[in-house]
Amino acid sequence: MTAVLPDLAAAVRAALTTVVDPELDEPVTDLGFVRSISVTGDVVEVHLRLPTSFCAPNFAWLMVSDAHDAVSAVPGVARVVVELDDHHDSDLINRGMAAGVGYRGTFGHEAEDSLDELRAIFARKAHTAAMERAVTPLLRTDPAVDVAALTVGDLPAGERTTAALLRRRAALGLPVDDGAPVLLHPDGTRPAPAEAPLVLRRARSVRISVDGNAHFCRGLLRTRYPGSGTDQTPRPEDRPLIPLTVSKGSHP
Amino acid sequence: MYRKDGEDYFIVDAHIALWDARPENQRNIHGKQFIDCFYDYHRNLSPEPEVWSYEEYLYQGGERLMRDMFADGVVDHAIFQPARLAEFYHRGFGQTEEAFALAQAHPDKLTYNHYWDPRDGENGLDELRRNAERMQLKGVKLYTADWHGESRGWKLTDPMAYRYLEVCREVGIRNIHVHKGPTIRPLDRDAFDVADVDHVATDFTDLTFVVEHCGLPRLEDFCWIATQEPNVVAGLAVAIPFIHTRPRYFAQIMGELLYWIGEDRILFSSDYALWTPQWLVEKFVDFQIPEDMAEYAPLSTEVKKKVLGLNAAKLYDLPVPEHLRLPDAPETATGPRQPDAADLATV
Repeated sequence: MTAVLPDLAAAVRAALTTVVDPELDEPVTDLGFVRSISVTGDVVEVHLRLPTSFCAPNFAWLMVSDAHDAVSAVPGVARVVVELDDHHDSDLINRGMAAGVGYRGTFGHEAEDSLDELRAIFARKAHTAAMERAVTPLLRTDPAVDVAALTVGDLPAGERTTAALLRRRAALGLPVDDGAPVLLHPDGTRPAPAEAPLVLRRARSVRISVDGNAHFCRGLLRTRYPGSGTDQTPRPEDRPLIPLTVSKGSHP
Repeated sequence: MYRKDGEDYFIVDAHIALWDARPENQRNIHGKQFIDCFYDYHRNLSPEPEVWSYEEYLYQGGERLMRDMFADGVVDHAIFQPARLAEFYHRGFGQTEEAFALAQAHPDKLTYNHYWDPRDGENGLDELRRNAERMQLKGVKLYTADWHGESRGWKLTDPMAYRYLEVCREVGIRNIHVHKGPTIRPLDRDAFDVADVDHVATDFTDLTFVVEHCGLPRLEDFCWIATQEPNVVAGLAVAIPFIHTRPRYFAQIMGELLYWIGEDRILFSSDYALWTPQWLVEKFVDFQIPEDMAEYAPLSTEVKKKVLGLNAAKLYDLPVPEHLRLPDAPETATGPRQPDAADLATV
């Protein structure tokens, strides 16, 4: 059976690309958070690592449990061990995962609810940031663009930012047809025209937060684990880390 | 005072610490992890010549602190914002008595802020009253992510926290610095949530809430709250070092803060000994919003002067030489502050 092992390892890695850091809206594989994958027969052991010992435990739990689910679903995998290394809650999380007691079972009284709401908050933020990335280039090309009136059909079809926005809309069940408005409140409703500037400004601050956290977390991981930069994949082009590269005009 | 290109800047470092993270003070592995995390921040964001050795980083002492803050005459006044972290360190992380003694020896240069924790219950209320009198407290630093027995965090909206805020009001502590940033609390909802600041800022309008780290990693949530609450202020601790490694990101942070809360409510903080203030001040004075970021207005010298010291001086009643003072900006108390500077002004 040894001949199939490389394939199984590759399949496990492919499965892990679906595991996303909710805050950074990037796969853990791109971020360099996957420390190791080892396959012994049909048993898979995955180790994850994070930029600091003090990364929020609820986010850590989300990524560890998502990784467990993703790898468990790979055909040919019989048993999965996912461990989080070097975190202040490593022991707690690893024990909780091994015992299959879930987030609440692991953190006890401190975890009153499930993490579904947390996940939903960050899915909406990811969409909001994608919305700003899709709109701002248009505004820079033509400051007179009527942002409030923009529809999906007005977005440049070949652009990665457009595709990224549509993927996130689809994931949230938001309309993706050409006539659908681009600018949306976090709850999916369309803002009144007078609200449009503020909605876009809020979206910009969300996008800056997401980008900034990605800068910091990627950098901290490289500081913490020398050489881990080679495990990181540059950010997808639909989410450039140094944004706003179109130079139009200057300050007075 | 700092002078550059004929301009004088009154410098207040609104967030410094005198910590002791040496192995003999570490209670457990978390104490080591905590300072290692800080050291990674330091190594990741500092210019190469400003990077300290790990041993230097564990403890500085008062003499070193005085040199790093004041010897070159850059900082005029600095404010201690200690974190207790008693579950991680035998004698706590921030060195209360050492810092307080230093502040007493240099009252013109140092202000000592203390901390409280609502989980200390009724006893803590009495202690807060005693400390307020003994230390002449004008401010406190709250660390909602601190561990305490079985608990690994608290919220400003906890009923007992309200009792403590009422005592602050009663004894004249006006400045409530709240650490909001990378936290360690496994909250059921969101470890970085700043919503509790929104609640207390509404209920205690006579207190000023300084959100340290300006809400990072949730800048947007902070901005949204701060734009509606006139008594919420942004502290730049941990945000300002991005000026070196990620200047475009820092430009965006400043642009957003100026847009949402305005130039009178942003405070310079080195978060010493995470970073020393000197290089941060030098870079900030030289800093400008890149020209291609047309959605933000350029930073004026007045804005820099306010951020670097005048805003904090106002909160702490620090005497500022007359020729260095500036009037408040004619801005609204709530709502966005620079609508005309935004690229969406015409939308």
